[in-house]
Amino acid sequence: MADFVIDDTVDITDVVCPVTFVKAKVALEELDEGQVLAIRMNDGEPVQNVPRSIKEEGHQILKLNTNEDGTYTLIVKKVGE
Amino acid sequence: MAEVDYGTLKKGGFMRQKQKDNFSLRLAVVGGTLTAENLKKIAEVAERYGDGYVHLTSRQGVEIPFIKLKDIEEVKDSLAEGGCKPGVCGPRVRTVTACQGSQICPSGNIDTTDIAQKLNDRYFGRELPHKFKFGVTGCQNNCLKAEENDVGIKGALDVKWKEEACINCGVCAKACRENAITIEDGKVVVDYDKCNFCGRCVKSCPTDAWDANSAYIVSFGGTFGNSIYKGEDMLPLITTEEQLFRVTDAAIQFFADNAKPSERFRFTIDRVGKDKLYKVLKEAYDG
Repeated sequence: MADFVIDDTVDITDVVCPVTFVKAKVALEELDEGQVLAIRMNDGEPVQNVPRSIKEEGHQILKLNTNEDGTYTLIVKKVGE
Repeated sequence: MAEVDYGTLKKGGFMRQKQKDNFSLRLAVVGGTLTAENLKKIAEVAERYGDGYVHLTSRQGVEIPFIKLKDIEEVKDSLAEGGCKPGVCGPRVRTVTACQGSQICPSGNIDTTDIAQKLNDRYFGRELPHKFKFGVTGCQNNCLKAEENDVGIKGALDVKWKEEACINCGVCAKACRENAITIEDGKVVVDYDKCNFCGRCVKSCPTDAWDANSAYIVSFGGTFGNSIYKGEDMLPLITTEEQLFRVTDAAIQFFADNAKPSERFRFTIDRVGKDKLYKVLKEAYDG
């Protein structure tokens, strides 16, 4: 994760689909264009679907990191206001 | 009143009702799409000649119940003004069904509406030993239930990783539900024996680092009525539209040549032999 400067983080491991995406989207809305959000998510459906939904919203995905506790952290750069 | 030829009426989409001299008129619908103009005319006809309502059938059709025998010609003319045509029933190619496909749906891998229209132009109403159904679904989510049909077409993506565009983020490996993708030394490796061509890797890729071409997975012999069988996929991935129509031509011709009257495709395949069908299909596949 050292490669990126993270401006904010959000943990969506405490919610289920479709709230996972909603929570991530709300966190992105609070950022300015070009800022970077780290989204911590569970294995399974969240990691299969959330990155794609973020892409379809037009944001730029930089990396998906695998965490030691079995969760993942998606690094996203906000695109658009 | 003159003799009523129910066979001809049924062929023309007029379904006899329990109520004497009343018909439920089935309309031709392709891929579940009707224009606003069609719908206005359907509403008008339902109010004027029917009972003021329509029934949506299980296969994306529209039927207008309570059309009177005496009004049939007038109803046909009136519907034609709104661009609507009667559908068909009986032993022939039925309504071609489709989901919205890649023109509308983010998950779609193929333009189902276009394929449904082309199948309709090619086969709709063709006389056969028994009913014959085509269904087109855009992706592996299978909203349109391809395998219920005599011939079911499912949209796929033929994928190849593009190293130069890849940022090595790792999303594709997790998006893949078949565990077909591994990342080895910064390279994306696809195990094509496991790949089911669903295209989720492509849809999820942040940098579109895939060459992806629309492709088709076709199933044969599905039926979901008195007997229930899932259509079977027998061929490798079909990668062009020409190849697709060669295969569908071969399937329908096999049915026309081999089926007994009132025998569904599935039972023809079982009776004549799956190997015989496969041979015909493979020849068409290879061109």
